[in-house]
Amino acid sequence: MTMTAKQKKTFGRIIIAALMVVVLHFIPSTGLLRFILYMIPYLVIGYDILLKAARNIAHGQVFDECFLMCVATLGAIALAIWEGSGDYTEAVAVMLFYQIGEFFQGYAVSKSRKSISELMDIRPDSANIEQDGSLVTVDPDDVAVGSIIVVRPGEKVPIDGVVTSGASSLDTSALTGEPVPRSIHEGDEVASGCVNLSGEIHIRTTKEAGESTASKILDLVENAGSRKSRSEDFITRFSRVYTPAVCIAALALALLPPLVRLAMGLAPTWHDWIYRALTFLVISCPCALVISIPLSFFAGIGGASREGVLVKGSNYLEALSKVRTVVFDKTGTLTKGVFTVNEVHHNKLPRQEVLGLAAHAEASSSHPVARSIEAAWDGKVDRKRIAGIQEYPGEGVTASVDDKAVAVGNGRLMSRLGIEAPGCHCSGTLVHVAVDGSYEGHLVISDVIKPNAKAAIDALHASGVQRCVMLTGDRMEAAKDTASSLGIDEVHAQLLPGDKVSALEGLMDGSGKALTAFVGDGINDAPVLSRADVGIAMGAMGSDAAIEAADVVLMDDDPLKVAKAIRLSRRCMRIVWENIIFALGVKGICLLLGAFGIANMWLAIFADVGVMVIAVLNAIRALKAGRT
Amino acid sequence: MTRNYKIDVDCPACAAKMEAAAKKVEGVKDAVVNFMALKMKVDFEEGTDPGAVMPSVRKACKRVEADCEVFI
Repeated sequence: MTMTAKQKKTFGRIIIAALMVVVLHFIPSTGLLRFILYMIPYLVIGYDILLKAARNIAHGQVFDECFLMCVATLGAIALAIWEGSGDYTEAVAVMLFYQIGEFFQGYAVSKSRKSISELMDIRPDSANIEQDGSLVTVDPDDVAVGSIIVVRPGEKVPIDGVVTSGASSLDTSALTGEPVPRSIHEGDEVASGCVNLSGEIHIRTTKEAGESTASKILDLVENAGSRKSRSEDFITRFSRVYTPAVCIAALALALLPPLVRLAMGLAPTWHDWIYRALTFLVISCPCALVISIPLSFFAGIGGASREGVLVKGSNYLEALSKVRTVVFDKTGTLTKGVFTVNEVHHNKLPRQEVLGLAAHAEASSSHPVARSIEAAWDGKVDRKRIAGIQEYPGEGVTASVDDKAVAVGNGRLMSRLGIEAPGCHCSGTLVHVAVDGSYEGHLVISDVIKPNAKAAIDALHASGVQRCVMLTGDRMEAAKDTASSLGIDEVHAQLLPGDKVSALEGLMDGSGKALTAFVGDGINDAPVLSRADVGIAMGAMGSDAAIEAADVVLMDDDPLKVAKAIRLSRRCMRIVWENIIFALGVKGICLLLGAFGIANMWLAIFADVGVMVIAVLNAIRALKAGRT
Repeated sequence: MTRNYKIDVDCPACAAKMEAAAKKVEGVKDAVVNFMALKMKVDFEEGTDPGAVMPSVRKACKRVEADCEVFI
């Protein structure tokens, strides 16, 4: 158990005061002597509370917990003197338990702060650069973009960059929660925060340290607490009303019943009612709620980060738990965004000939479909064979290859050229090929579905998401095919990039109860991400745009993480509500029992501190994401 | 302009008090205290010098919560 100096001091005071109370219990004393003896432990344990209350009153801040504790304990002491009972133990005990509660709370908070900062210990303090043949250790902030840094086995990558020499495997688990190491070679991009496992690598930095992945993630997690959820706002507003309300109730309890009794000609029993009122004051502290709710969110966001799910604020964690519709942008989320030629349906020309001509015609296009055609062809493109390339945006290209007029593109291009193109029963994108005006067949190109896509949709349905929707620019047949193989409920196909926002708006319910999440890969879909109730960006390692635009960032590109994020958020929200109901329930019962004189001050303080301890322990549970 | 400052404070209620106090300081457009991360994010009014404003923010916080600290 490690404590700060402040915590150690409080701990010492708690022990001393507790021992003194026990010893005093066995020393018979009366009158003034007894009063003085008991005031020693009272002041030992409570002097700072008394001072703070006095100082706050001087600054015009009356209703805080220090003030309440002072009124309650000083009142109990005054009653003991007035009644002549000499029972000061109660007042000392209330102060003592209050301090124990505060101590525990401080300890729990600093402990969870520490475990989160350990969890987030992904930003190395130093970087190695080579200078005149020897390694020099420098501050990552001093490394200019484009410098070569050296990362030895066992070290963390300090700055984002590209591997220039060396090969190794990287442990990305701190960023993505993915336990399997990733092997890297020359030319691969590496994100800061990964641990280099096996070989020494040289990296040419592409960013400054402050702009690198590790720094961005840390900033994001640390700032998450600044965006408060509605439950947190509720608690803040509630405690602002609760404390004064209970104080007024206490005052009423102290004055009204005795006055009524007087009016009715009965004995007023002042001390009895004042005692009940003081008990009220002890219960009036909303500590358990005030500490445990933000702590739950903090722990929940921290626990999710460990799993590679970065949530930008408590409000988004709360929103995530209410998601009933999940909208996927197909490319890059459910599919890999990498196209492959699945089939070649050729006419008279042989298969390789058709592919070769298509590859040449598309040679200068950077479109992923064009790249997939080139990859599918066995030969190598010879640019000398190509002449007169003309692009038709959204349709295809025409070019002269070996002096043949080759047209490669979709149905629209074919009808523009007056060539009849047959349809196809197969799924995927069709790329037609025509040579010298005659139809020579088509290539069936499709995106590769991610291995976990089906499991991800199933997991979402299992976790209570009612609708999974897919948005895509593909033609309807192809989209429907993909959707039914994945178990998607609804498809919106043939969308242009600009249509996606309106498609999403059509799906959003707007009542604020069943929320809609949009999952995209962060490329070209920033407007949709920000329009959705919860924007989830996927595969964000190294993509700044995605981190900026989204509310929830999944560090790797596994679609299963969407369901995981929703489950984690639900778990956190359940803990939050457990704490709210438990704390308010126990307080309510104690207030009632106190009003009827059944609960005494001992019970009140036990309830207060006990509820707080249990609520805090429950809150810390949110940190352990575990197997949810 | 927004800047982050480290703070030290014991309880969330005190952190809320600090936040309210910091918001009222002249030159501060908005302030958010994050109790869990022990940070204060201050958004300054256009054309104000944070170095000149922060001592009064610290003073205002100390006034409502004597045990707190703002590391400028």
